[in-house]
Amino acid sequence: MSDLNKLGLAEARDALRKGDVTSVELTEACLGAIEGAGALNAFVHKTPELALEQAKAADARLKGSEEAPAMCGLPLGIKDLFCTKGVPSQAASRILEGFLPQYESTVTQKLFGAGAVMLGKLNMDEFAMGSSNETSTYGDVTSPWRRAGDDAALTPGGSSGGSAAAVAADLCLAATGTDTGGSIRQPAAFTGTVGIKPTYGRCSRWGIVAFASSLDQAGPMTKSVRDAAIMLGTMAGHDPKDSTSADLAVPDFEAMLTGDIKGKKIGIPREYRMDGTPAEIEKLWSDGAAMLRDAGAEIVDISLPHTKYALPAYYVIAPAEASSNLARYDGVRYGHRAKLAVGDGITEMYEKTRAEGFGAEVQRRVMVGTYVLSAGFYDAYYNRARKVRTLIKKDFEDAFAAGVDAILTPATPSAAFGLGEMADTDPVKMYLNDVFTVTVNLAGLPGISVPTGLDAQGLPLGLQLIGRPWEEGDLLNTAYALEQAAGFVAKPGKWW
Amino acid sequence: MSIDESTAARVAKLARIRVEEDALPALAAEFNTILGFIEQLNEVDVEGVEPMTSVTPMRLKRRRDEVTDGNQQDKVLANAPDAREGFFAVPKVVE
Repeated sequence: MSDLNKLGLAEARDALRKGDVTSVELTEACLGAIEGAGALNAFVHKTPELALEQAKAADARLKGSEEAPAMCGLPLGIKDLFCTKGVPSQAASRILEGFLPQYESTVTQKLFGAGAVMLGKLNMDEFAMGSSNETSTYGDVTSPWRRAGDDAALTPGGSSGGSAAAVAADLCLAATGTDTGGSIRQPAAFTGTVGIKPTYGRCSRWGIVAFASSLDQAGPMTKSVRDAAIMLGTMAGHDPKDSTSADLAVPDFEAMLTGDIKGKKIGIPREYRMDGTPAEIEKLWSDGAAMLRDAGAEIVDISLPHTKYALPAYYVIAPAEASSNLARYDGVRYGHRAKLAVGDGITEMYEKTRAEGFGAEVQRRVMVGTYVLSAGFYDAYYNRARKVRTLIKKDFEDAFAAGVDAILTPATPSAAFGLGEMADTDPVKMYLNDVFTVTVNLAGLPGISVPTGLDAQGLPLGLQLIGRPWEEGDLLNTAYALEQAAGFVAKPGKWW
Repeated sequence: MSIDESTAARVAKLARIRVEEDALPALAAEFNTILGFIEQLNEVDVEGVEPMTSVTPMRLKRRRDEVTDGNQQDKVLANAPDAREGFFAVPKVVE
């Protein structure tokens, strides 16, 4: 078999089972692809020796048993936000330079315990704060996609930009991502890949560098909906080390992919029709609704009246939690410590360390968070935002109570933009990238981005499906039906 | 509500991030852009609405109050920029 790195998880798993291929072969193919893809800047810490060691162990395990787990022997990229034992885990920040975790995150432990192979760590926005992968201490990730007839470097989206680029460019079979406001779904949409953010509490957050603890969730970024179902099944599950992880059984998500969505009620929220949305996105959306209708679903108009307030509420709550979570980077226990001048005391050490260690966007959000939590403003900003969050969640609860099974929306307000294109605009413009995804984090719901078309310039566009809490299986099945109907097969032409 | 340079300086101090004097006007302007965006929340009627504390209604699990690990001093200190004699070392805190 050639081009083994181009396989998805399901195909590779089946080929491993049949003995057509070994994990070592799969892993070597990916390592070769990574070596040739320096221009994308997706992999920032490579672990080829560890990968081959894990691959050999997986091959032995596959040989000895019919019962090896689904992920056994499959090579993955891991977002730099996950702590991986003995392997640099910096959250793409200078402040964690040199940090070598002494422990393994629960999600990566589950994956590696099931026999998955780690090829290395993937670039991202610093502390997952960004929508274009331009805030990383490692530099920008360049998308493997380009506009037709144009060499301009494009963003893969963010914050899981390295994960999206690596999957789209076939540097790995799949990757882990995390999503606080859209960081899995937006880059998936920008790169023609599939990304699911599960229900809050489905995956353990233990060992994942915290950004906004009430919003953060890990999820898979893959080449197909089936692959997402397989990988999520391994990542999910209760963890006593994360008290917010749900003690619920994890169903066999893959077994739920029947493609039968007859009688399902799909909501189209009118508030997601926003001024200035490009006609191509509008068309993608109505085409998607038509595909689901043709597959037997009932399409209904719904209202989520507080949608407009989701982004402003998010930009209070997420920075507030970040300012608290990032207080731990103090130059004492791990990572960077600034060189001090004679006479500098502990306050100077904190202030200089954090000024040197955090990039501009992280500093901005930590300070906004500090402000909205400070005496006198806590009620006006933070408590008000938490009340609005209650109303946003209630909007969804009302829709589901009225019988809606899933909600269909665009994943992003545009196709991928050029690197540097947003540099001179104000930060709020960049925040608007998450306008369709952030509501889902605030409501704690599962959401999946599925590629369904290309724009006039040949760039991928995605649709988002939002499901009921804990019903990822049903959501994945609806996404599977959409994927089948859309038949998206485009891949970026190799220029790197 | 508009943020002036002295407020920006106070916030930077509270966040323990050193911001040079000449960077304060730009920082204050950025805060004002972001807070201007956030001000939209004032349009929402939140009378009688409970602030969200947990997105999923769940009882946090309890566990027995017992020691489950320990004796990992070397691991705890392994990443410290400055560790001496089994402790984290920091600049002088008290005169």
